[in-house]
Amino acid sequence: MSTDAFIFDAIRTPRGKGKKDGSLYEVKPVSLLVGLMKSLQERNNLDTSKVEDVVIGCVTPIGDQGCDIGKTAAMVADWDESVSAVQLNRFCASGLEAVNTAAMKVASGWEDLVVAGGVESMSRVPMGSDGGAWALDPASNFHTGFVPQGVGADLIATLEGFSRADVDAYAAESQRKAAAAQAEGRFDKSRIPVTDQNGVVILDHDEFIRGNTTAQGLAGLNPSFQMPGQMGFDDSAKLKYPQVEEINHIHTPGNSSGIVDGAALVLIGSKKAGEEQGLKPRARIVSVALTSTEPTIMLTGPAPAARKALAKANLNVEDIDIFEVNEAFASVVMKFQKEMNVPSEKINPNGGSIAMGHPLGATGAMIIGTCLDELERQNKRYGLATLCVGGGMGIATIIERV
Amino acid sequence: MTEAIRFEKDSDNIVTLTIDLPGQSANIMNQTFNDAFKEIALRVEQEIDSISGIIIASAKKTFFAGGNLNDLIKVQPEHATEFFAEIQALKAPMRKLETLGKPVVAAINGAALGGGLEICLATHHRIAIDDNKTKLGLPEVTLGLLPGGGGVVRMVRMLGLEAAFKYLLEGKQVNPQAALKAGIIDELASDKQDMMDKARAWILANPKAVQPFDAKGYKMPGGTPQSPKVAQMLAIVPSILRKKTKGCYPAPEKIIAAAAEGALTDFDTACRIESRYFTELTTGQVSKNMIGTLWFQLNEIKAGGSRPDNIPKYTTKKVGVLGAGMMGAGIAYSSAIAGIEVVLKDVSQESADKGKEYTANLLKKKVGKKRMTQEKMDGILALITPTANAEDLNGCDLIIEAVFENRELKAKVTKEAEQFMDKEGVFASNTSTLPITGLAEASKNAEKFIGLHFFSPVDKMPLVEIIMGEKTNDETLARAFDYVLQTNKTPIVVNDSRGFFTSRTFGTYINEGLTMLAEGVHPQVIESAAAQAGMPVGPLAVQDEVSMNLSRKVITQTRQDIEAEGGSLPVDSAEELTNRMVDEFKRPGKSDGAGFYEYPAKGKKSLWPELAKQFTKDDVQLPFDDVKERLLFRMSLETLRCYEEKVLMSVRDANIGSIFGLGFAPWSGGAIQYVNQYGVRNFYNRAKQLTEQYGERFTPPKLLEAQAEKDQPFE
Repeated sequence: MSTDAFIFDAIRTPRGKGKKDGSLYEVKPVSLLVGLMKSLQERNNLDTSKVEDVVIGCVTPIGDQGCDIGKTAAMVADWDESVSAVQLNRFCASGLEAVNTAAMKVASGWEDLVVAGGVESMSRVPMGSDGGAWALDPASNFHTGFVPQGVGADLIATLEGFSRADVDAYAAESQRKAAAAQAEGRFDKSRIPVTDQNGVVILDHDEFIRGNTTAQGLAGLNPSFQMPGQMGFDDSAKLKYPQVEEINHIHTPGNSSGIVDGAALVLIGSKKAGEEQGLKPRARIVSVALTSTEPTIMLTGPAPAARKALAKANLNVEDIDIFEVNEAFASVVMKFQKEMNVPSEKINPNGGSIAMGHPLGATGAMIIGTCLDELERQNKRYGLATLCVGGGMGIATIIERV
Repeated sequence: MTEAIRFEKDSDNIVTLTIDLPGQSANIMNQTFNDAFKEIALRVEQEIDSISGIIIASAKKTFFAGGNLNDLIKVQPEHATEFFAEIQALKAPMRKLETLGKPVVAAINGAALGGGLEICLATHHRIAIDDNKTKLGLPEVTLGLLPGGGGVVRMVRMLGLEAAFKYLLEGKQVNPQAALKAGIIDELASDKQDMMDKARAWILANPKAVQPFDAKGYKMPGGTPQSPKVAQMLAIVPSILRKKTKGCYPAPEKIIAAAAEGALTDFDTACRIESRYFTELTTGQVSKNMIGTLWFQLNEIKAGGSRPDNIPKYTTKKVGVLGAGMMGAGIAYSSAIAGIEVVLKDVSQESADKGKEYTANLLKKKVGKKRMTQEKMDGILALITPTANAEDLNGCDLIIEAVFENRELKAKVTKEAEQFMDKEGVFASNTSTLPITGLAEASKNAEKFIGLHFFSPVDKMPLVEIIMGEKTNDETLARAFDYVLQTNKTPIVVNDSRGFFTSRTFGTYINEGLTMLAEGVHPQVIESAAAQAGMPVGPLAVQDEVSMNLSRKVITQTRQDIEAEGGSLPVDSAEELTNRMVDEFKRPGKSDGAGFYEYPAKGKKSLWPELAKQFTKDDVQLPFDDVKERLLFRMSLETLRCYEEKVLMSVRDANIGSIFGLGFAPWSGGAIQYVNQYGVRNFYNRAKQLTEQYGERFTPPKLLEAQAEKDQPFE
């Protein structure tokens, strides 16, 4: 008989623009995590010696983010020396993978209290700077038919018949929802301002959001993947999708996830471990799922992953009250919605990565927290978080408020 | 137009900005300057099209003295947000001037230190008058701070991380020639006119100037932290630093962090990172301790704070030194290099000559290192007359006896020498333990008799403890005080007492170390705790240096004296341990080649392995902080007793005396500031706790109790 894994707390940093002029550029990724660790400890009066592992997702674990950043952060945060930590990488799912791994550790009964989370400072450690055989080793590249995700997103739109106006409208709506949520203070409970060593606030809000965005305004942006697509990626994709005459390049920086910096942590444990620490369970992790789909189109994993998680949980899609579907690209969420037949109001009610940005390794851990906060706000029961993942993978997690 | 910075444009459209802070002898970064600088930068920006270049100059004797410590010492953690913003605002005009595209030249007419040098670094070309006495550097670290005006950022970008560390971490000050060699300045000038001519010429020759680190294709000298060579260095640099600091000094640590983090980011971000670390250090306690004591209190002392002020300054012309041993030779050296004529007298000409040889050897080393000319050395040596003849003391206006610590001997040489001394002259004893009032009885004029306690080795130790005998008059004190300043040493003034302030207080340090050893604490733990508390030498190593034979003599003499006065001095565990070390193990100390440590002919000393076997008890496991605090608390408590008994008359003398004389953890700001920064009430409570746990030695004196009641710092 397995143990239930509960979420006791879920916090995140604000998301800073992932460029040199972004507010969090000056903040080391280890400091992003340390700030949250100290906050998590303080908010929950946590005896860190009872934390058995720290699982931190990070997609580009080199340079500032190298060398098992989870353990480095635990040491810098002065957590008990008995606390172990691991850094993992499942591409964009890393943060949620960390949550799921922690849940599995607890559910197996082999560990009782685990901190999951993720971090990515995209301004300091640029996406792709860790290299890798998939794209950069020609033999592997040939063998897998590598094309960048954006081409995959455009391919989804082409196959599904989404127009530029459709995706721009989706993006503008994400911005509107995020701006409204921020203005209403919906993030305040779980968003911990980033401060310097003197307590001086560096960033206390999600600075990537542009609430005045309109679909008309977005229409003026140039498609990001038209040129690389036409240089050859489109043809690599068409080898697998012979029915496609021309890929319709409609994704722009305005309707794709933003490049940002940020981190998140989720405190997960058994009921007993929670009681011992005086922690109140907020949600139960009901089921988790991984899958993988056709790697060239790459971004169609969320629906099958969600279906798998639902099946494991013995739930129907209608049972889910809130869906957090990572807005890697507008077409990814739109396809998920269409395929799963989910009403719009249930998906990303507070906007998503198009508006707020997608700090690769952290996003999964961020959206599980956003999902939980929203369930509590709406007084609803079930939530599902899912992300599309490199290599065609998909990940999903279902939580139930308790 | 502002008063603090003059704006003058010449026919070539070169603007000279002359910094001349009103009502100040030197330019400093106070509010007046900051406002004026901001305003002037704005004006330059507005008029830039009609300006061909800018010269930043000073109307004072020096170029610029640096930050305003009066302001900085007041900044508290709760001011962090505003302070950070102020620092950022201060950097903005510097950045503005260097990025307008027009050449900016610093005309460095004299010392440019700290913030002053930082202003120079924010120019494209630095010209200094080639005066050997001009000092250029970033000494912030010595007061627990960092160069927060872009100094870290620009030095790293100009020189590279490793080369910059030398100036940032040690606060090294150099003359213009060395600064030119190091790449801190660009050009030397012979005088002011030459400097201004060169500045104008450079501007006309370089109409478009850009900082090297703002230029396209800039590469950081030596590489950024991402280069494997620098990365490797950065992995060990913190340990190399901590080998020296034992973690007691945050400033150099933050400098390394600011430098390395800044090297990874763009200029503006690096400046912000620097400001944050500067804020951290400025609001932190250690910089308060160090600025308070090593700047303000030291300056008060040098300005004569402990000297009677109604007596004219006196310049000692001829000093007689009795006894040409280690101390006498050192006193002769320190006097001669200050330009004072010295008669060095010992019982034989040979001994006296040997004493003079000491000075010759020290000076030869300087000449060898090219720090002194042969001519200068010859001049200094000519000032010292070694002699066995007391008549040669004729005309001395100061005589210092430095013979063995024996009352009869001291009385004899006092009587012998006094007859030749100038009528108005002062007679001083360099005793470290014997009460001055008693020694003065041998003198025909006790009013002119005083204690001048030098520390060994005299040429290196900066402190002189001036001891007032019961009858010593103010004029004598004033002369002694002036003489100490003449030798470039720092005087503290104390009243007569056994061991005065320094020996008495230092005795408690050694005593506590030995007491813990006797309790069963591992000797290495005691020595390590001392080091991590910030003490330069552990109590066991110091006891070895002093020699337990000598300590025993002092204890015996003390006991005799106390018993003669009708009191008693019980034997404590430290004394028992000393007796065993001397009598049973025949290990009295370093001079005998065996003490707590072993002293191999070649190689480093190491703890005598038998020591732990004889004394360490496995069941004695003190918290490490207790071991540290017992050592510092003993000294601070004894210092407070001295203050209560009026042996010490000021907090500044206590703090400076403890740091310069005893090596009391400088990070703490000295033996009384240690109490202040601990929190006076906290210190009192902790002392009571230590009394309960470890003995009556820690009983707080009344003075502390009263101050703890108010919880006010000693001032």
